[in-house]
Amino acid sequence: MTAASATAPQQPQDADTGRANGPRSRGPRQSMLSRSAAMLIMGVFTLYFLTPIWWLLVSSTKTGGEITGSAPLWFTAESLTTFFGNLGNLFTYGDGLFGRWLVNSAIYAGLGALAGTVIAAMCGYALAKYEFRGREAIFNVVLSGVLVPATALALPLFLIFSEVNLTNTLWAVFLPSLVSPFGVYLARIYAAASVPGELLEAARLDGSGEVRTFFTVSTRLMAPALVTIFLFQFVAIWNNFFLPLIMLRDQALFPVTLGLYAWNSQISQIPELRPLVIVGALVSILPLIIAFLGLQRFWSSGLGAGGVK
Amino acid sequence: MTATSIPPAAPEAPAATRKNRSSGAQRRAVAIFIAPFAVLFLAFYAVPIVFAVVQSLLTVEREGTFGPPRQVFGGLTQYEQVFANTEFWQSVGRVLVFGAVQVPIMLGLALLFALLLDSPLLKGKKFFRLAFFAPYAVPGVIAAIMWGFLYSPSLSPFEAVTSNIDFLSAELVLWAIANIVTWVYVGYNMLIIYSSLLAIPTEIYEAARLDGASNIQIAWRIKIPLVIPAIILTAVFSIIGTLQLLAEPQTLRSFSSAISSSFTPNLAVYTTASVPNYNLAAAFSVVLALATFALSFVFLKSTQRKVTQ
Repeated sequence: MTAASATAPQQPQDADTGRANGPRSRGPRQSMLSRSAAMLIMGVFTLYFLTPIWWLLVSSTKTGGEITGSAPLWFTAESLTTFFGNLGNLFTYGDGLFGRWLVNSAIYAGLGALAGTVIAAMCGYALAKYEFRGREAIFNVVLSGVLVPATALALPLFLIFSEVNLTNTLWAVFLPSLVSPFGVYLARIYAAASVPGELLEAARLDGSGEVRTFFTVSTRLMAPALVTIFLFQFVAIWNNFFLPLIMLRDQALFPVTLGLYAWNSQISQIPELRPLVIVGALVSILPLIIAFLGLQRFWSSGLGAGGVK
Repeated sequence: MTATSIPPAAPEAPAATRKNRSSGAQRRAVAIFIAPFAVLFLAFYAVPIVFAVVQSLLTVEREGTFGPPRQVFGGLTQYEQVFANTEFWQSVGRVLVFGAVQVPIMLGLALLFALLLDSPLLKGKKFFRLAFFAPYAVPGVIAAIMWGFLYSPSLSPFEAVTSNIDFLSAELVLWAIANIVTWVYVGYNMLIIYSSLLAIPTEIYEAARLDGASNIQIAWRIKIPLVIPAIILTAVFSIIGTLQLLAEPQTLRSFSSAISSSFTPNLAVYTTASVPNYNLAAAFSVVLALATFALSFVFLKSTQRKVTQ
């Protein structure tokens, strides 16, 4: 892993195999015992972590009646057709409201995290690689910002936005999501560790401007950190519930989480929403799971940089 | 950190003049890098917080019963109401109890899994890592909807359990929420601790092995002390998250009548803001933010002292 090898030069051999050769003194039976115990613990908890997701997957292939009426953790004979039927209902219900929510979420979380990452990276980079007056003061302000959670800001933001009559707009959710003090913190740590000062000097000698050097050279060196910042800001925006809850009245502006929440609270009056909530929940977690799996290589090393410090 | 504006290995005269020439350009670059974040931070962090404090010091007055309402300076009137509000303090007490139980369990599990992943005992580490981390991709609202179904006696696939134990009753619903939060965040915390375990040079273990230390002794005496900073980081974020609980209890309200409209501090803020009583809601927010800040600050300071000792 990059972070590990960057902070601590390891022996050329793989760390895992190096450790596996370890205890020769103890008998094979004892190590068999602890091996099975370890596998048992991990196996039991794998069930704990994956069963709810499995249940969601299976239930999304059932009709409202089948969710309670059939074997709960296995498919029915018509599962595939029911699943596509549910999907069709999901995207057509209420004039395609769900599709709109997905698009809104993509705007809030996707665009928001993208722009937010660039903004945070520039700031963290400047704090790490330039000496200027007020640098420590700015960093301290950023650090205290890390300790202020997004939910604590929702009401103050609502009060400000209602002052300028911008509640219940896309901007009310999008603009505040751009700010990520944790991203600045991570970018600063990573820029300090991965962008050598000599390289910047060399770029200066070549006559490259500071801003150009950042975008062409430094961002490449900071890539794992940038992916990490992007992913975690994406998740933070995707998960932020209080801000859209308090800002938005118009269903057409909802992100997908708030939309599903709204449907879920109407189930007792409109029971046919239940299968839609279930299949909608499945559809809404897929983008995140795909993003995390696809970008795993980057964030698992970037996460180390944040954890080590 | 050495500043890059002073070239470390170039003491000769041309470098000095170049530095003078380029320092203006560098200052301009710093301004360009920092300005976007600074503007957004001011607009969506600093100003809202100040505005919320101002709002919390105002009170609404009417001339007669039917006169137009107007806001006047009320000093600490709202705060008197906050301190007299038993429901609010009950909700604070509730999340503190929640945190005192849930955070240690969650971090203990995360540490155990990280140590097992780092030990030579397991096969299929990559699978376990992903399986345990997968719930992190599920937003709080969706996780609460899923578990809400799993808890409901009439809908759950685990009828044998849920027909005997009512997880959504007044006594248990807090711990039902604790389970949801644990389910979502164990894997995330596990990965942070695991990354910092990977950063420990393996030579340390080799030396301990030669001295005859067992796997458990190595974990207890070497690994755990070295990952304490990572554990502290995860603990601070967990404490902050606990005090801010909102999405899970708010979503579970449609499954359980045991969750009042002031079950957690943020629910009280939301309910008060919907009345609407913005001044009191702002005062709640300010008190909650200060409490969060104080608690994480005290925790950081006290653990820092212990670590340096």
